[in-house]
Amino acid sequence: MGHAFSTTSSSAKTLYQKIYASHVVGKLNPSTDLLFVDRHLIHEVTSPQAFSGLKLANRKVRRPDLTFATMDHNVSTQRRSIDAAGETSRKQLEALAANCSENNIPLLDLTHPDQGIVHVIGPEQGLTQPGMIIVCGDSHTSTHGAFGALAFGIGTSEVEHVLATQTLPQQQAKTLKVEINGELSAHVTPKDVIMAVIAELGTAGGNGYVAEFGGSAIAAMSMEGRMTLCNMSIEMGAKAGLIAPDETTFAYLKGKAHAPQAEHWDAAVQYWQSLYSDADAVFDKQVEIDAGSITPQITWGTNPEQVIAIDQSVPSPASFTDATKRDAAERALAYMGLAPGQKLTDCQVDVVFIGSCTNSRIEDLRAAASVVQGKQVAAGVRALVVPGSGIVKRQAEAEGLADIFKSAGFEWREPGCSMCLGMNDDRVAAGERCASTSNRNFEGRQGRGARTHLVSPAMAAAAAIAGKFVNIATVSSEQAAIQKETRYE
Amino acid sequence: MSKIFAKGLVCPLDKNNVDTDQIIPKQFLTSVSRDGFADAMFFDWRYLADGSPDPDFVINKPEYNGASILLTRANFGCGSSREHAPWAIQQYGFNVIIAESFADIFFNNSVNNAMLLIQLSKTNIDLLFNRCQQGPQHWQIDLASQEILFGNNAALGFNIDADIKQRLLSGLDFIGSSEQLNSQITDFEQSRKASQPWLG
Repeated sequence: MGHAFSTTSSSAKTLYQKIYASHVVGKLNPSTDLLFVDRHLIHEVTSPQAFSGLKLANRKVRRPDLTFATMDHNVSTQRRSIDAAGETSRKQLEALAANCSENNIPLLDLTHPDQGIVHVIGPEQGLTQPGMIIVCGDSHTSTHGAFGALAFGIGTSEVEHVLATQTLPQQQAKTLKVEINGELSAHVTPKDVIMAVIAELGTAGGNGYVAEFGGSAIAAMSMEGRMTLCNMSIEMGAKAGLIAPDETTFAYLKGKAHAPQAEHWDAAVQYWQSLYSDADAVFDKQVEIDAGSITPQITWGTNPEQVIAIDQSVPSPASFTDATKRDAAERALAYMGLAPGQKLTDCQVDVVFIGSCTNSRIEDLRAAASVVQGKQVAAGVRALVVPGSGIVKRQAEAEGLADIFKSAGFEWREPGCSMCLGMNDDRVAAGERCASTSNRNFEGRQGRGARTHLVSPAMAAAAAIAGKFVNIATVSSEQAAIQKETRYE
Repeated sequence: MSKIFAKGLVCPLDKNNVDTDQIIPKQFLTSVSRDGFADAMFFDWRYLADGSPDPDFVINKPEYNGASILLTRANFGCGSSREHAPWAIQQYGFNVIIAESFADIFFNNSVNNAMLLIQLSKTNIDLLFNRCQQGPQHWQIDLASQEILFGNNAALGFNIDADIKQRLLSGLDFIGSSEQLNSQITDFEQSRKASQPWLG
């Protein structure tokens, strides 16, 4: 595919530019390239109209072998049955099953033990690999960028386009480098890192850019942490998040069901090792963040840039110099039922949700379980854990995490998107306050009138136990002190 | 072809960061159809808890009844990739959205439904909101000359990507134009299989 690199004269390229160039099939016009898509992930919500469109135009799915489907958005997490989430959901799930079977597209349906959230199962199955272009009719497709794949969300018309041609018209995006150096403090997680980045850049700060994360803090991060980071890069408007693959990436992929098999493994790794931004590559925008300065984060408002550190007070609208941000803050406070100067650690929570494509992987559940172990969910709090996939669920059960959650009073559910967007019956009622490990705190996202606070899994777990938000750093040091005392007794 | 791409009454929605969950909430996404979303647009803002229209929400005000141009602020359409958002807006009757900026996926989805999205500077957006405060506005959009026409010879120019402009003016088939590169797609598939056989 060497021909693809001839489009620009400069030799130094960013990782994004390398992946883009290696996928150019041809030019549609001076500014638009047709790019080949290596992996097309589909789910029940954004694909039915695309399949109808194909049928109407008498088109076929060009590469069913590069297409992969799961059921996740709409499914019940109470029981694994296609009719468990109501009549309209059942129809949509059946439409996906029929479309997949008619077109020979592999589907992880509700009878498959590995079924789960599309952005959890892609990596788990080894479908997500470095250097690929991956698309899905879901904005959190950015998750797969953790592997050094160019991965982004598309709409239904684009889903239809990819089904028909295995390509997508694209224009080159601008490049943003987010450099995070230093060591994260104890109790600061990748979720806190990405929330701090969004607070810094704003919800539209990444519009038009592909964001590449780098630096020593990223190098030290696990694949699951990197997925959480890239997952929420869409929340600052970035087209995609991207992390250059390294030994951590290769070790994660080795042996996965759809990863390159033995005879191709060495060649694949050799190719993957070429996937990094050249040292002299120029980014259109660069930000640097000191990892050590990041503390546990929490959203106070109704968009993901309305973030504070848990030990800070809810800001006053008057503190925003920008008039539109001031108005937005006023509206957000009214919706959230909060007052300026208030500490969120004084706020009761009604619901705790641990799950979603952001934070439903095994490391997330381990972090939450370590906080929960031996304790009880506070009276009046409804708490649920929704593992991201069948694989995560089984592993959590084998490790005893499920028992920790269940005996503490958490509901232990079946895999799905669940309360992140409340398409099924997992919703937060009007006026209820929810500590959520998901990715969006928009008005009504978890249910009409629901008040969402985005936090890390450990912070969500701690809120469930205390019945109010707590600073995980403080709780943990108290806990450490108690453990120490116990040891000395 | 008429010079005027669109014309009509302007509805000012004075908000930043209008996300797709606001444009169309999740309960309407279980449909397998591309139609029937007009009544779902801005559902939680548009209707009170008892289902009656909220008279304070701008879309419901009688003076904006029949509006076809939506004026709003920065980062419109942020959030999820649901194409149901532009479907709802278009089915309600808006074919043009003017804003300070748009979220990328929403922008592409709208263009793929032949909607015109016009991006202007904050200063110009402020000017347009000021105009709306003077009373209901009827504007025309001349896409060929890239101008919003206010009447009385007053106009404001806008930039638009040449490719998108061409597609909107000539109604090019989104998939059909890519299919014209079919032999190049086949060549690409073959060279990909040779150089990266693990990809299939």
